Amino acid sequence: MSKLVLEKVTKSFGDNTVCRGIDLAVADGQMVCLIGASGSGKSTLLRCMNLLEPIDDGRILLDGIDISEPGLNPQPIRQRIGMVFQSFNLFPHMTALDNVLLAPRRVHRKSRDALMGEVTDLFRRFGLADRMTHYPDQLSGGQQQRVAIIRALAMRPEIMLFDEITSALDPELVGEVLDVLRQLRAEGMTMVLATHEMGFARELADTICFLHEGRILEQGPPDAIFSAPQHDRTKAFLRRLTA
Amino acid sequence: MSDSPPAGAGSSGDRAATLTRRQSYERRARRRATLVAAGSTLAVVLALVILVPLAPGWEAVRKSFFNGAVFRETFPKLLEAFTLDLLIFAWSAPAIAILGLLIAVCRDVRAPALYPLRLFAIVYTDIFRGIPVILVVYLIGFGIPGLGLPRPWNSPYIWGSLALILTYSAYVAEIFRSGIESIHASQRSAAMSLGLSQSDTMRFVILPQAIRRVVPANMNMLIALQKDVALLSFIGPVEILRQAGVYKSLLANFTPYVVAALIFLAVTVPATRFADHLMARQARQRS
Repeated sequence: MSKLVLEKVTKSFGDNTVCRGIDLAVADGQMVCLIGASGSGKSTLLRCMNLLEPIDDGRILLDGIDISEPGLNPQPIRQRIGMVFQSFNLFPHMTALDNVLLAPRRVHRKSRDALMGEVTDLFRRFGLADRMTHYPDQLSGGQQQRVAIIRALAMRPEIMLFDEITSALDPELVGEVLDVLRQLRAEGMTMVLATHEMGFARELADTICFLHEGRILEQGPPDAIFSAPQHDRTKAFLRRLTA
Repeated sequence: MSDSPPAGAGSSGDRAATLTRRQSYERRARRRATLVAAGSTLAVVLALVILVPLAPGWEAVRKSFFNGAVFRETFPKLLEAFTLDLLIFAWSAPAIAILGLLIAVCRDVRAPALYPLRLFAIVYTDIFRGIPVILVVYLIGFGIPGLGLPRPWNSPYIWGSLALILTYSAYVAEIFRSGIESIHASQRSAAMSLGLSQSDTMRFVILPQAIRRVVPANMNMLIALQKDVALLSFIGPVEILRQAGVYKSLLANFTPYVVAALIFLAVTVPATRFADHLMARQARQRS
């Protein structure tokens, strides 16, 4: 069964329609990559999935339950869906550790001591055990982004959304963040990524969706999309990237 | 050193090693600027010292404003009276910080049930920013004790302080609000995406950053408050301004006012420098 299903999702900001009827199904343990030019609606779509933006029409189903119902309290849903942003968005006045502990402590009402073991493990797994007490401005971009991922994972989400998480990084730091994603992929995390890392998407994604002007023009397994794109827009987009 | 040094650069090799051409040029320019600044300041000071005493009324002004004997006589007592100003300041400032923060947060509440709070905050800031402090001091300082309250509740200290607290909270609330609004929306997104509630997001993510960001602006408000404490002299408390007024009548001399001014400056100038320092440091950190 599909973990997350989008049915005819539309979203506009004023006169600007960003999503024009998007259908998408993400199966449990799958990795879906959204590709497309900037402004094609990738980020907005992710923000809608996390209920950070209310959708205008259509439905979003999590485990078969409509979470886009107007008036629904979004908090318990967001706890089940982790999100990582392009600009890291760590809380600058807290150490890396406190960034990670804040939500589990406040939302799950767990004590610091009860969480420490699990959280320390997360830091260790992603190679940041010696950076726990650092403040965000003492960390490199790659380290900050890895802390942001740990912060989201500490809530034990059932699905993770990644919004161009390597786009703000220096090229030499992209690898360390992609390695984290590889690790999560291997552990069977359900993930949706908006990304410009085509090589990475091709290597690991189960499904690639090409977005253009708020529509999914084409979707399928990476080999089909990258080797034999059907749509002219997809061809043009991929050509521009490789040119 | 080299076979063909560029003109002027090779005049002495070892000096060039310690000081580049640009550095020595800048050092010369700096020296020149210092000399010019010192010269022009000296000229202005000399002019004042020579010209002001030439004014026809100078002798009279000197006697009534800069009287050494009066100065020595009144200084200790005025300094003592100033501790009352400090005391009023000391209990008003924390109250202002707390009330200002509460009002700022009220203005940001989104829940419809809490709309009255929001309306209250808006009306409050409009009213107290719109009335001169001295008027608030009069209205509250005379009005509330006029209700015939028993001691100690008729004290002008309490109601005078309250007038300051109410007025300054309105300004401080606006400063806090500007701080809250200066925190980028992505911080709120990040907190919400973790499943934090609106109030937890405000309390743990937005406010700690906002408050830090507006510390220098609030320092400036504190300095203004420190001066405005003197306004309470109009409703009774014998603090420094009123004490100086008493001396003025007693000695028929204005020197006590000059003493009071100097005592204020001794506090406010260092405080202003400190606030400037904080602001400069923040500007450096954010750039």
